Amino acid sequence: MRYLPHTDSDVAAMLAVIGVRSLEELFSPIPDDCRLRGPLTLPEPLNEWELEGYFELLSNTTAAAQGFSSFIGAGSYDHFIPESNRQLLSRSEFYTAYTPYQPEISQGTLQAIYEYQTLTARLMQMEVANASLYDGASSLAEALLMSIRITKKPTVAISRSIHPHYRRVAQTYFAPTGYSAIELPHLSDGRTDYSSLQQAGEVAAVVVQSPNFFGVIEDLDSAAEAARAHDALLIVSFTEPLAYGILKPPGKYGADIACGEGQSLGIPQSFGGPGLGIFASKMQYVRNMPGRLVGRAQDVEGRGGYVLTLATREQHIRRQKATSNICTNSSLCALAAAMYMATLGKTGFREMAQLNHDKAEYLKDRLREKGCELPFSGPTFNEFVVRFPNPGDYRRLLERKVLAGLPLDAYYPELKDHHLLCVTETKSRSDLDALAEEVGR
Amino acid sequence: MTTFPGATGLVFNEPPLWEMGKPGRCAADLPRRDVERRQIDNAVAGDPPDFPELSEPEIVRHYTRLSQWNFGVDSGMYPLGSCTMKYNPKLHEKLAAFRGFAELHPLSPDSLSQGALKVMSELERLLAEITGMQAVSLQPAAGAQGELAGMLLIHAYHKKKCGRRTKIIIPDTAHGTNPASAALCGYEPIPVKSNENGILSPESIAEAMDDQTAGIMVTNPNTLGLFEEHIKQIAEIVHRKGGLVYCDGANMNAVMGIVRMGEIGVDVLHLNLHKTFSTPHGGGGPGAGPICVRKHLEPFLPVPRVVERKGSYALSSDFPDSIGKLHSFYGNFSIMVRAHAYILSMGADLKRVSELAVLNANYIKERLKGTLHLAYDRPCMHECVFSDKLQKKHKVTTLDMVKRLIDYGFHPPTVYFPLVVDGAIMIEPTETESKETIDAFIEAFKTVAVEAEQYPDQLRRAPGRTKVRRLDETSAARHPCLGG
Repeated sequence: MRYLPHTDSDVAAMLAVIGVRSLEELFSPIPDDCRLRGPLTLPEPLNEWELEGYFELLSNTTAAAQGFSSFIGAGSYDHFIPESNRQLLSRSEFYTAYTPYQPEISQGTLQAIYEYQTLTARLMQMEVANASLYDGASSLAEALLMSIRITKKPTVAISRSIHPHYRRVAQTYFAPTGYSAIELPHLSDGRTDYSSLQQAGEVAAVVVQSPNFFGVIEDLDSAAEAARAHDALLIVSFTEPLAYGILKPPGKYGADIACGEGQSLGIPQSFGGPGLGIFASKMQYVRNMPGRLVGRAQDVEGRGGYVLTLATREQHIRRQKATSNICTNSSLCALAAAMYMATLGKTGFREMAQLNHDKAEYLKDRLREKGCELPFSGPTFNEFVVRFPNPGDYRRLLERKVLAGLPLDAYYPELKDHHLLCVTETKSRSDLDALAEEVGR
Repeated sequence: MTTFPGATGLVFNEPPLWEMGKPGRCAADLPRRDVERRQIDNAVAGDPPDFPELSEPEIVRHYTRLSQWNFGVDSGMYPLGSCTMKYNPKLHEKLAAFRGFAELHPLSPDSLSQGALKVMSELERLLAEITGMQAVSLQPAAGAQGELAGMLLIHAYHKKKCGRRTKIIIPDTAHGTNPASAALCGYEPIPVKSNENGILSPESIAEAMDDQTAGIMVTNPNTLGLFEEHIKQIAEIVHRKGGLVYCDGANMNAVMGIVRMGEIGVDVLHLNLHKTFSTPHGGGGPGAGPICVRKHLEPFLPVPRVVERKGSYALSSDFPDSIGKLHSFYGNFSIMVRAHAYILSMGADLKRVSELAVLNANYIKERLKGTLHLAYDRPCMHECVFSDKLQKKHKVTTLDMVKRLIDYGFHPPTVYFPLVVDGAIMIEPTETESKETIDAFIEAFKTVAVEAEQYPDQLRRAPGRTKVRRLDETSAARHPCLGG
């Protein structure tokens, strides 16, 4: 096996130093009745060529390999990734390192993550961002727990237009705790309705996603007002951070916590993972934050550098009193996101966001002309809900190798026959025309 | 005289991104604009983000220089105890990047995701075989989330049996994340001390275990690198009182093909694909922390699950007792591809992996004992734990020694953990280090020990060959500066 360097004579020499006769004898501390008798039942080892062939075969069966044109978003977005980013990210000094516990030989990761924290904080207009969590869903769950720690109130009010998977994950985290969530419905424009909060009693946080699951840009002024009126924190979630290239970001509305998914920022979709849990808050809450933080430091000679800091919040120091149990996070994805934000830069990022918006608006117009119904009147970014004029439209498009969005009935039974469509910069006008052409025939 | 890998060379300074570039630059091409510009609603429109503007050459040089300040497994030996920093095969990076995987939307119809679902389904079966468990969920995104999943399963199991329990036993040789994971489930961690041999005695578990205790979280092999010899008896004690046994499988690299946890009383176990199964650690993640369970816990596994019918695969959430979802989608799929490829490349030779990992650790233990104080002088598994006891008289600490090790070209071991050993130095070489590299590492540590006697000051100032010297973490925490 090409990864195992030991020759027979190496093994013999090492066994002699240890003073045992065989590799088998190394395991003598394990009682007999704990030992596996006989070999594991595993397939014959594959060599490099066979492995590549096998996985190529498997990967070739999927929509992505078979040239399907996908208009699905819903928390995972198809964006261009610059080749420079791909190549830089495959520098193995980055990807084969562990968590930067030894700062003197981890300055590359540390500075990169410090830059990530800075750029995400700037994107969200928040005061501080952490070094990342797992994904958008766990970021939301951690934000809810954090708001409960801060306010000592056991209930949160959460918009029903937040990604259904994220709400499901939050439920899982809440299950053993006794904390509860009340759901806020949406209005006819697709935005969250805060009026039911009046009867809700005390809540730790008002939680809303913008753009929300329907692609609709929420009225965050109203969300902030509702939170203030209930002495609750404002938590803004998101699945598409590119939107903040042209939208007013959560911090501008006074969000206490902004949390969501960063996959859009230069990370491949990879069937849903790994993603990037972005997590930012006001500075006053930093000691309540989950996850790692990188901070500036000076070395003994006065040179600037970076270290992991405020570790007293974390599990390896605080044990069961930690702000979270997270240890391994999405560091490499955070690095990818920082690289992507810097590669596009201020103007490029804005133009990319604008392009997403404009292409989605173009398709909206074409679909309206074709008799599609767009149930929500609120403004959208690069996603929107439609109802095709003919029930057979989606299926016919599929036969033409077009995945015309995500059917919504499984998530919102009242939106039977509705689809959530996403348009990113990867779609050309002719792709959009081709989709519209098939609709309503 | 041994030539150590550590040397000095030219490294470059590099400012943070926002001190570079100029307005008007952009390092990316944008797609051609083929639709007209549309004004966004004024009420929600914002300013452009305050990002630096750079050219592609600047971006490339920036990150190339940063990468050169990093130490990875590809740079040198990385013997971090309990982290299993083994070699990460290059081919697997290519496989995970195949278009059919990397560009696959997670909500594509099942019929158009067959290859990906098959990767998951097969990996589940392979992990079940390796661990001797009956069912697997690949959803947890890291070890700690796997632990949380395990705790949630245990919680759901007791709830279903109408017996809510409040406590969980956590030995002092368990992993550091365990108490925090248990606390997230509302359990009060009950600490139990290991005995004079560094392992758990059944008596102390019998004493701690009662009908309010949900179970035990045991790390096996434990963080002293020792196999919990009484695990079967301990499991019986816990089971007799209605509890469940959770095993932290972060140290599975020691026992593949040697012990199957499902056969020695473990009910639920998490694995770290980024440790045992060779997926890269990414400078702190992403990893993956699948959980493996025995039959009675299967109904509680996270959804959706991959189900197979007549060779075709589908995602199903039709499991009414499930704890629910833990991940936005299905877990870290691209990490699963790498781990799957690793297992297929090894087959039953995985046993050889564990044998060589244990060989390397015992070899280091034998050759360094005497130079360093060996906390428990017993045959170890895949890692061994020393301390700075012998160097105390020179006022040299564990930290001083391992920082000096950097100058010789080695990544430090895990230090000051486990807490049961004062000034712990926990060394896990893994099977992918050759005898020559290990000999050089031992030589370097011996040299450091001599320096501890003769030039203790030099050690306290170490490292000297790195881009930056020791950093002041105390003032960094006192006056946090967390962004530029």
